[in-house]
Formats: sequence, structure tokens, C-alpha cells
Amino acid sequence: MRVAAPVLASVLTLIVGSLFFASLGHEPLPTLYAFFVEPLSSINGLSEWLLKASPLILIACGLAIGFRANVWNIGAEGQFTMGAIAASGVGLFWPDPESVLLLPLMFLAGMAAGMAWAAIPAFLRARMNTNEILVTLMMTYIATLFLSYLVHGPWRDPAGFNYPQTALLPAAAMFQSFDPAYRLNPSIFITVVAVLLMWLFTDRSFLGYKMSVSGAAPLAARYAGFRESAAVWIGLLAGGAAAGVAGMAEAAGPLGQLSPQISPGYGFAAIIVAFIGRLNAFGIVLGGLLMSLLFLGGEGVQMTLALPSALTRIFQGILLFFLLAADFFIFYRIRVVRPAKNAHAPEAAH
Amino acid sequence: MELFIAIFTGTIIAATPLIFAALGELVVEKSGVLNLGIEGMMLMGAAFAFWAVTAGYPMPVAIIAGALAGAAASLLFGVLALTFLTNQYAAGLALAIFGSGVSAFLGRGFGSAPIEALHGVNVPVLSDLPVIGPLLFRFDPLVYLALLMFVAISWFLYRTKAGLILRTIGESPQTSHAIGYPVIRIRYMAVLFGGLMAGLAGAYLSVAYTPLWVENMTAGKGWIALALVVFATWRPLRILLGAWLFGGMTILQLQGQALGLQVPSELLSALPYLATIVVLVLISRNRQMLALHFPASLAKPFRPAG
Repeated sequence: MRVAAPVLASVLTLIVGSLFFASLGHEPLPTLYAFFVEPLSSINGLSEWLLKASPLILIACGLAIGFRANVWNIGAEGQFTMGAIAASGVGLFWPDPESVLLLPLMFLAGMAAGMAWAAIPAFLRARMNTNEILVTLMMTYIATLFLSYLVHGPWRDPAGFNYPQTALLPAAAMFQSFDPAYRLNPSIFITVVAVLLMWLFTDRSFLGYKMSVSGAAPLAARYAGFRESAAVWIGLLAGGAAAGVAGMAEAAGPLGQLSPQISPGYGFAAIIVAFIGRLNAFGIVLGGLLMSLLFLGGEGVQMTLALPSALTRIFQGILLFFLLAADFFIFYRIRVVRPAKNAHAPEAAH
Repeated sequence: MELFIAIFTGTIIAATPLIFAALGELVVEKSGVLNLGIEGMMLMGAAFAFWAVTAGYPMPVAIIAGALAGAAASLLFGVLALTFLTNQYAAGLALAIFGSGVSAFLGRGFGSAPIEALHGVNVPVLSDLPVIGPLLFRFDPLVYLALLMFVAISWFLYRTKAGLILRTIGESPQTSHAIGYPVIRIRYMAVLFGGLMAGLAGAYLSVAYTPLWVENMTAGKGWIALALVVFATWRPLRILLGAWLFGGMTILQLQGQALGLQVPSELLSALPYLATIVVLVLISRNRQMLALHFPASLAKPFRPAG
């Protein structure tokens, strides 16, 4: 039954989407076709689909580890940005631009930067009892401003005609695509490994079990002696590491350089992916594929039908709304109760 | 003196959207509901109010349109959180994303031209007084409305029976239900009120503060308003003070950029976010102070038993 809700939510989102298109004066079926089928009808489309799904799945896996323990890291967007910055920094300024060590170093730098950016809210929550939702979010704004400072200032490409962007990363600092005609590259294997690791951690490890107990029953977890601060640290660092690596893969993959806008909102969308996937590794894979299709479809209709890409965010929101609502019908049984006369009137209080 | 007046009035104006949004959220949270979607509701309010002005409606209608847009958005959250008993964090996030999407979608045709901003009031005699006039009597009407809302909400929460019931529901919905209060209905009203206020905050941004439409123009103000409620330890007066503090920070940052301080503008722009973190840490360290006014049932779904 837990699988039913995401499916139901997707179907309902499609229906609302059709009505919405119809109200805009677009034929619903062709528009839906343009949104959800056309992007996948070519090899390039399939390559783009996996390319966009990869960071979403990777980040959602990291976030879900925290969400299971009720640790609300909603600043993956910032951790992604910091990962991309650190990795690009290594790629741009490492003394030997042809070193085979470059990519591994960038991987480590991206992961470390993402973790460091998440470590601040982790420390503040664990030690100072500070709400991690707000801190992770504020850190996202700061990360975006930091990126803007770098590409407008010290890291700006001197040969870049004053555009706010860095120089291109050297070839050794990039993932080479499987096929030069398409953009999909081996970084997708990182995501595959992350999914397996996430599954091992949540379903096969005692630590993962303790984290789930912390989330589902905090008092029981405390009684059993599971430290809350451990759950906070692991939850936030897992999300930070995943987002940082995703940022690195994005910089060293499709982007190839830094600019003020490096993410179409992967960090926020991944939160929805984690929920659609029921905080479960394999569910997240499906959720990520679905969300990636929303991004692709949004870009597609923007070009073919001149509809704004903001549609993607609208669909994301609607999808999550329906998912949450569908849960209600799955976890609760509806009974019609006729209130007994006067039994619940507020006057009873007097 | 000129500079002082500029900083003072700028602070009051910059604080106004925060006052609206945070006071609204205070009422919501006092009823035991956590709506993280302020950012989305503010954007809806900003978009609808701006649209109404460009469509030629008079200013008051535009502002009301913005407020109603925020309330309509909050109803989505309310249905999920109160009727469907969903996780309130997730429902609020969904609203934040949805609101930013819808507002961006609506705003695609708005263009980038500014509109004529909401006028300041002109009180006979008072507005013309030297110093005092520009300091106190020339703001736009929404600034005074924000202060009025502060008085009204403080009075409502702590001096009326309805306010007491609202707070009781936030502490223990089970008890309130047992003695016969309609918990869900009252929470709905609180959520709608919060949406109305967030919509007003958004409307203020797009028709008075900036006055133009930019995608995602709230730039985190909705989240800062959420932080303000925590910072204020759920007390109205502290929300007012906190909003002025943040308003002051925004203005000092703008003045700093205008004076051409030798620091990167991004660092100045980051100040409000940094300050939010610092302030949250300082407040949160004192667990007792937080616990004292914290609505005990915050963010916990309530299902009437039986």
C-alpha cells in the first residue's frame, strides 16, 4: 500500500496538469505528450533524463538518512553549491592540470565542502539546540552569495569577456561523456553506489536502525540510550556529503565551469524526491526519475510551447501535495460519524 | 539629521513585511500548527497585488487581492495539515515550492517596469512638522496597519477569551477537544489568518517597498519571518523589536553599499542571513526561555479521538 500513494499522486498530478493546460488554451493531451513523452523519445532525451535524475537521487539518498531521524536538512541546495565551488576550485587551481588525481581530489573536495557546510547546522543543533531547518536554509542563501562573489570577483575568467563565470575546467577535471554526442557521463555510477550504500545503511545496519528509531519514537530512542546528537550529526553530514558530491559531479559534468546559477533547484527538488521515495533507497530512484522528467518536460514545453519553466515548480508542489494527501487515505480509514446532539457543544465547558 | 531620518524611516519600512508575516505565523504557531510555507504565500500575495495594480485596480483592492491570495494558498496547507493530518514540515515545504512556482508563472507577463508605489499618508499639520513629520507621519498606510495589527494581535492573544482558547489549543488540543472546543476549525481560522498576513506582507513588497515584480522577490524574507517567531520566543512585542532589528540591518547594508564600503556587496547582502543564524543560536541556547512560551503541540497533527 505504501507504493500506492506515489502512483496515485502522480496520476492525480497528471490530471490536474491536463486541466491546467486546458485552462491555458493548450490541448491537454498533446501538451502532456510534449511534457512527459517527447523528452524520452530520443537517445539524447534518455541521456538527459538520467543525467538530471542522478543528482536528484544522490542528494535525496543523503537527505533521507536525516529525514528518517527527523533531522530536517532543507539546505541541500547550499551544500550542493559549496561542493561545486570546492571541486571547481581544485580543478581550476591544482598545479598539475593533467594529473589523473584531479577528479578524485575534486570528489573529495566536493564531499568535504558539502559536509562542512552541513556541519555548521549540525553543530548548532547538537550543541546549541538551534533549529536546523532555518539554519540550513540561511546557509543556502549565503552559499549562493558566496558563489556570486567568486564568479564576479576573484575567480572570474580574465578571458571571459567580463561574463560572471570562471574559466573552463581542464579536460582532466571533467567526467568524459560515454559518447561525445550526449552528456551522460560516468558520474552516474557514483549515484548507483550511493543508492546501494543508502540501502545497506538504512536496511542492514544497526546504526541505521537507531536513526529510524530516533525519528519514529524519540522517547524510545532516548530510553534505549541512542544519542540524539549522533543522529543529528549523521543525518546532516550524510545529506551534506551527498549534496556536495552532486555539486562536484555537476561542475565536472554538464557545467564545466561555475556561473552564478549552477542548479535548477536540485537541492529543493531532492527533498520532494526523498518523500516520493518514502525515504527508501529504491523508492528514491523511482522518485528521482519522475522528478527528472518534470525538469526535462518543463524545459521542453518552454521551448516548444513557450510555457514558462516555472511550471516545473508548480508540478513539484502539486505532486507533493497529492502525495501527502494520498497518504491520508492509505493510513487512515474514513468513517462518517454523526455527532450526538449537543455532546460536543462548547457550552459543555462551562 | 537627513541620514538619521533616512535610516530610521528605512528601518521601519523594511521591517513592515516581516511584521505582517511573523505576526501571522505567530498566531498560526500559537494554535499548534507550523506552516513553513510563508515564503510561498508571500510570493503569491506579491504576484496578485502587483497584477491587480497593473490591471488598473485601485491600490486598496490590489492589497486586498494580495492578502486573499496568501489566504487561498494557506488553505492548501490547511487542508493537508489539518484535514489530511500530513507531516506539517512537508506540507509547508510543498507550499513554499508551489507558491514560488505559481507566482513565477503568473509573473511571466508582468514585465520589469516599476509601478507607482503606494503613497505616504498626509496628515494635516502633523506630516508637515519639521523632523517629527518625516519621522512619524509620512509613512504609507500599511506601515501603520502593521503596528495596528501588532496591538490587535497582542490584545487578542492575551486579553480575550478567544485568544486564550487559541493558545490552549496550541498547548493541548486533546484537552481542548475534550472540553468541547472545535480544535480543527479554530486551527483552520488561524492558518487562514496567517495566510492573509503573509499575503499582505508580499503585497507590501511588490506595491510599496520595491514597487516592481521580480521572480522570487521575497529573497528569503518568509524564512526570516519564521526565524523571527523563534527569536521572539513566541511573544508579539519581541516580534516587533526583532523585525525592526532586521529592518535596520537591511537598511545599514543598503547604506553601506551606497557609501561604497570597501567590502564585497555579497558580504553585505549576506548579513541578514548571518544575523538570523547568530540570533537563533543566542536564543536557542537558553532552552528554558524557549520552552516557556513554546506551544507544546506545535507541528503535531491532531486527530479527534472517538
